[in-house]
Amino acid sequence: MFRSHVLVCGGTGCYASGCAAVFTALDTEIKRNGLEKEVGVVQTGCFGLCALGPILIVYPEGSFYSLVKETDIPEIVSEHLLKGRVVERLLYQETLCEEQGIKSLNETGFYKKQLRIALRNCGVINPEEIDEYIGADGYEALGKCLTEMTPDDVIKIVLDSGLRGRGGGGFPTGRKWQLARNLVPDADQKYVCCNADEGDPGAFMDRSVLEGDPHVLIEAMAIAGYAIGANMGYVYVRAEYPIAVKRLQIAIEQARNYGLLGKNIFGTDFEFDLEIRLGAGAFVCGEETALMTSIEGHRGEPNPRPPFPAEKGLWGKPTVLNNVETYANIPQIILKGADWFASMGTEKSKGTKVFALGGKINNTGLVEIPMGTTLRDVVYEIGGGIPDGKKFKAAQTGGPSGGCIPLSHIDVPIDYDNLIEIGSMMGSGGLIIMDEDNCMVDIAKFFLEFTVEESCGKCTPCRIGTKRLYETLEKITSGNGTMEDVEGLEELCNYICDNSLCGLGQTAPNPVKSTLRYFKDEYITHVKDRKCPAGVCTDLLTYKIVDEKCKRCTACIKVCPTEAITGAVKELHFIHPEKCIKCDACVQRCKFDAIIKE
Amino acid sequence: MKSLAELKAIKDKMQGQVTMRNHDEAELRVVVGMATCGIAAGARPVLQTLSALVQEKNLQGVTVTQTGCIGLCQFEPIVEVHGANGEKVTYINMNEEKAREIVDKHLVRGQVVAEYIVGSSGI
Repeated sequence: MFRSHVLVCGGTGCYASGCAAVFTALDTEIKRNGLEKEVGVVQTGCFGLCALGPILIVYPEGSFYSLVKETDIPEIVSEHLLKGRVVERLLYQETLCEEQGIKSLNETGFYKKQLRIALRNCGVINPEEIDEYIGADGYEALGKCLTEMTPDDVIKIVLDSGLRGRGGGGFPTGRKWQLARNLVPDADQKYVCCNADEGDPGAFMDRSVLEGDPHVLIEAMAIAGYAIGANMGYVYVRAEYPIAVKRLQIAIEQARNYGLLGKNIFGTDFEFDLEIRLGAGAFVCGEETALMTSIEGHRGEPNPRPPFPAEKGLWGKPTVLNNVETYANIPQIILKGADWFASMGTEKSKGTKVFALGGKINNTGLVEIPMGTTLRDVVYEIGGGIPDGKKFKAAQTGGPSGGCIPLSHIDVPIDYDNLIEIGSMMGSGGLIIMDEDNCMVDIAKFFLEFTVEESCGKCTPCRIGTKRLYETLEKITSGNGTMEDVEGLEELCNYICDNSLCGLGQTAPNPVKSTLRYFKDEYITHVKDRKCPAGVCTDLLTYKIVDEKCKRCTACIKVCPTEAITGAVKELHFIHPEKCIKCDACVQRCKFDAIIKE
Repeated sequence: MKSLAELKAIKDKMQGQVTMRNHDEAELRVVVGMATCGIAAGARPVLQTLSALVQEKNLQGVTVTQTGCIGLCQFEPIVEVHGANGEKVTYINMNEEKAREIVDKHLVRGQVVAEYIVGSSGI
């Protein structure tokens, strides 16, 4: 029995900042001090505050250490773990009070407005240890379903909770289960699938649940299996998530050993098993029909719907397909009831949503907020504001399928319907913050480049349409655009939306549509004035030397790789535009801010 | 896993450990002096015993933590029990045996063990 637990974040963010070395150092140092029987070290899933990793937290005090280096470990062990003196210099600054004492983590700006349901075990339990999950009420919901509830009871409670799909579409989960249960009454086989093919640039919610709490997925999929009458499940996860795959594999093995997967679960005649299918990382495989085609072993391409998967899914059998985060809510809904879940959120969007917060924001990381929280709270309270005192310009939700939310809508409560109304969408939960230095045309071009790359090529509107969109955007950002191009964009967008086969194509023009809606003036400036207001599109920039500021030191001349700057000491310096490649080297070199780009 | 009872047995075994990881304010805070003086006088087994018993008995709202030098080095190991209202009981010259008694009497039943508290030695 340990008197103290040290939880080290083992999420992807912290791995990237070196938590593996911290973990090893901690282990060695604890053994060196003979504390291995008193202090337990646990590697958990993501804590959320990825910007400050590696992170570790010491219980029972709840001291939250951030930006911990390997070399800090001896001090933490000898001071805190041995002698009980908290190492204040390493504490997360927000937990330090002005007076003496330490604030609880729940009081800090980052965590105060969060509500963790899907992520409730991430950063709390050891994901590779089934007993810890059970200690946190794990598998109790499955037990309750199998022994006390009928499949219809289970579906009813999910329906009543108002849970909607967290993968982006927002279809009511209970309704999906109901259809899969009833649509084909004489089906000899049904399947439960999980979409863990998270592909939006910058999104890592599903990854974090898999890495931090893999058992919740197993439990929820078994519940879904019981509800619809399936005995087999598949988790489709991309091969680029090695830690997630490994931990899920371990979890499945442990669940099988405990008899929580297999035959006669909890002594009933219900049986269920689970397998992992690795995807090669194609964005289109996040689309449900393409995903199932890929599980079947074919090339990942979508098929027309209907028939919907609930009727004819995997191998032609009725199938339920939900996203990781959707499943992560299920056990809590079963245990705490539909009313509890429905009490959170807005009228039509219940519960919470996990967002991966990135871009121009101080607290980059993973946050879970009640539906209906405003973007302002997310950016300025949870996110800690925008670095370097820059101004908020827009936020992109839903990745390549979503749109941007401009400053004028920053106080709109975030839920499914509000986001669609303002021309964006919930998406799977990527939330990228942009400041005044971001060019909106360039952002649209960035996402289009992604969809052009990821379009599977099966249908023409998406394959050729996105390419034409991209080319037009390139024309505009390189200064060759005309007003007809800008007007034509809209028509092409609508054409692609209306005629593409699957969700990828139907939503691909969204970044263009929403930037056109809110930032059309930027497009016009690019075309009419041949200027990029944010100073991003290099083709539209000219580098100039301001004579009054220039000290004639020749520093820029020495650093220029193309000899585009002429002049000598105490003589006028001049940039020759035809030679300048706009590499920015001179701007960064000049100490007197004498070189401007416009 | 053949029954809910089996699941519950594992849960009960783990509960004490998992509850240590929440951020709620504890009703009773048990603090053991773990400075050099405390460690030299044998505070580590005392701390270990207290912590293990609280988890074994799954006592809710009780945390066991350590602190630095309490200042009465000649009476170490010292254990302080802080209540929610700020009241404090200081036990001195602790050992594992006495620690067990404190868990049973003070932490479980709420009876202060008068013979071990600091006033009883005539300070």
